[in-house]
Amino acid sequence: MTTTARRTPEPGTWLGIPVFPKAAKQSLQNAEQRKNLAHATGTIRDKRIVRASEVPEWEELRTAAAQIKDRVGRHLDQYLLQAEAAMTAAGVTVHWARDAADANKIVADIAKAKGVDEVVKIKSMVTQEIDLNEHLEAEGIAAWETDLAELIVQLGHDLPSHILVPAIHRNRSEVREIFVKEMGQYGRPAPDGVSDNPPELAEAARLHLREKFLRAKMAVSGGNFIVADTGTLVIVESEGNGRMCLTLPETLVSVVGIEKVLPTLADLEVFLKLLPRSSTGERMNPYTSLWTGVTPCDGPQDLHVILLDNGRSNVLADPEGRAALRCIRCSACLNICPIYERVGGHAYGSPYPGPIGAILGPQLRGLEGANERALPFASSLCGACNDVCPVKIPFTDILVHLRHKVVEHKTAKHPTGEQALMKGAGWVMADGKHLATVQKGSRLAGKMFGDKWIGPLPVPLAGRWLQARDVEPPPTQTFRQWWKKEHEGGAK
Amino acid sequence: MSAREEVLRRIRAATRDVTEKDPAVDVPVEWEYGRPLGTVDVIADFVEKVEDYKAAVRRCGDGEIAATVIEALRALDAHSVVIPAGLPDNWIDALRDAGFELHSDEPVLSHAQLNGIDAVVTTAAVGMADSGTIALDHGIGQGRRALTLLPDRHICVIREDQVVSDVPEGVVRLTPALTQRRPVTWLSGGSATSDIELSRVEGVHGPRHLSVVLVG
Repeated sequence: MTTTARRTPEPGTWLGIPVFPKAAKQSLQNAEQRKNLAHATGTIRDKRIVRASEVPEWEELRTAAAQIKDRVGRHLDQYLLQAEAAMTAAGVTVHWARDAADANKIVADIAKAKGVDEVVKIKSMVTQEIDLNEHLEAEGIAAWETDLAELIVQLGHDLPSHILVPAIHRNRSEVREIFVKEMGQYGRPAPDGVSDNPPELAEAARLHLREKFLRAKMAVSGGNFIVADTGTLVIVESEGNGRMCLTLPETLVSVVGIEKVLPTLADLEVFLKLLPRSSTGERMNPYTSLWTGVTPCDGPQDLHVILLDNGRSNVLADPEGRAALRCIRCSACLNICPIYERVGGHAYGSPYPGPIGAILGPQLRGLEGANERALPFASSLCGACNDVCPVKIPFTDILVHLRHKVVEHKTAKHPTGEQALMKGAGWVMADGKHLATVQKGSRLAGKMFGDKWIGPLPVPLAGRWLQARDVEPPPTQTFRQWWKKEHEGGAK
Repeated sequence: MSAREEVLRRIRAATRDVTEKDPAVDVPVEWEYGRPLGTVDVIADFVEKVEDYKAAVRRCGDGEIAATVIEALRALDAHSVVIPAGLPDNWIDALRDAGFELHSDEPVLSHAQLNGIDAVVTTAAVGMADSGTIALDHGIGQGRRALTLLPDRHICVIREDQVVSDVPEGVVRLTPALTQRRPVTWLSGGSATSDIELSRVEGVHGPRHLSVVLVG
């Protein structure tokens, strides 16, 4: 890397964030963030439930969405080839990317070929996943985020903590401080005397970004859906920054995960009813853009689509885990999750936090990393996510399945203490006599603890487990003893 | 191996367990597409839902369209107006007579020029009542996409017979335009954001004001 000055604010980094159990503990100490998250997730949960209950056939829609997504996943090669042919016929240049490095290089090469040194961006999870902005920065190309929350994150040298509202961990006065301090260094400064009133902050963002939209020659987007039979791309958004990026520049590059294909235009009716109500709790998001290739004299005349794998085919390869690919990134599972609400998004160590991050991250990235092995345990298995998911992802089934895989991964290398413990438990449970022997010990422990709950203890294995849990002391009488006493001289 | 071949190879390896080759047979979808919602008064529902986004709705008869558009423009304090190709001549004449500064998009207006114009007046393709959504297919009277994006106020004229009960019927009506590869834009109120503390703010980058004239 050369030492030339950066073009865009230096972001935070996922590297160095400890594994989930440690990171969660640190996050819990952040009282301001907990307050912001409790307020925001509470608000959005209330909105979602109202909007979902307005739709009488909500459950049927969820079922249809799950079925459509499963159909696509199970025949993905067929639908991708169909989409590629339709897009190509409509004048789109279609690229394929095995991984993040492939996709980043394609975007940078297009920018260089066009001779541009800056791009405007629509909020997109996939470009967060591949860390596109930093790759472009290293190539001397400035990537400007134009979604309000992404702008807050970018100007705040921060990391996203939510799929839909990446700056959900910030409150209005923090946003004001960031805008006042940073906007002027990267373009039009925040107006003098701007207050922390959200409409004033939104106005500051409008003014700051307008000059960037008007001069932009190239935009980068993600994509919510690609319709295979027509080659239509669909992007849903709220602020109009998306329409600016999709309409004004001459070149548009859309990076889209291979799982985003839908078979037909008709399928849109299912997803466009489910997505806005599940994500922002609105009957419909303010703007939805649909475009099918190049339209002469209207919008970008040079269109590119990058179809990205980056681990998705690994997810697809596991019949019990592949339902995670149904995800339409609505974020309802984050908002309902008692774990997410308390620890926030950064603790999950990747742009995909919450329940979806816990099932998608380990599958996309594999189980080699310690955090990937920790994520399937970042859940109480309460199952609230199962109920709100608009595409009926069976979160808790997949979490349990992944926990199993993590244990298999661990024991494949060497026997673990846990394994020995389970083997011991197997011996105890196999025979009533064995159990009776062990229960002598547990009765003794019960007498020792009396009525006191058991908290953290300095014993191996159990000590770690007890760090986050309090348990009742073992009973001083076993079930068999009780039975004998109750039924002494009974019918038999 | 090219990236394309590699990705397709991985996908085929990952779905080896799928033996039924016909997707529709392999995973049936239990959904009846394109159904109306059964709303008793579709137009009333449309008005209620559009107004819920804080967009103004003015209803008028066939003969009063130009006058109602003028009223909507004045209510938003607009003086200069973009006129997309194909807007009815009598509306244009009425606007000119009322003293508005009119801009045609022929020759093509630059983004900077469009950014400096107060408002745009267009027709529409489809209205969807249940979600309060208006779809443009950027055909005659609607202009290219930038026209309904850069000016800060959008006056959108839609006829009652263009309004359907819900999204599924709307998608059906828009299918011919999409199949002809026309761009389509759905508007549900003006631009908005909930990015700061999840509190909704109306008006960010797109037109901050959507004003609907419903003719019927």
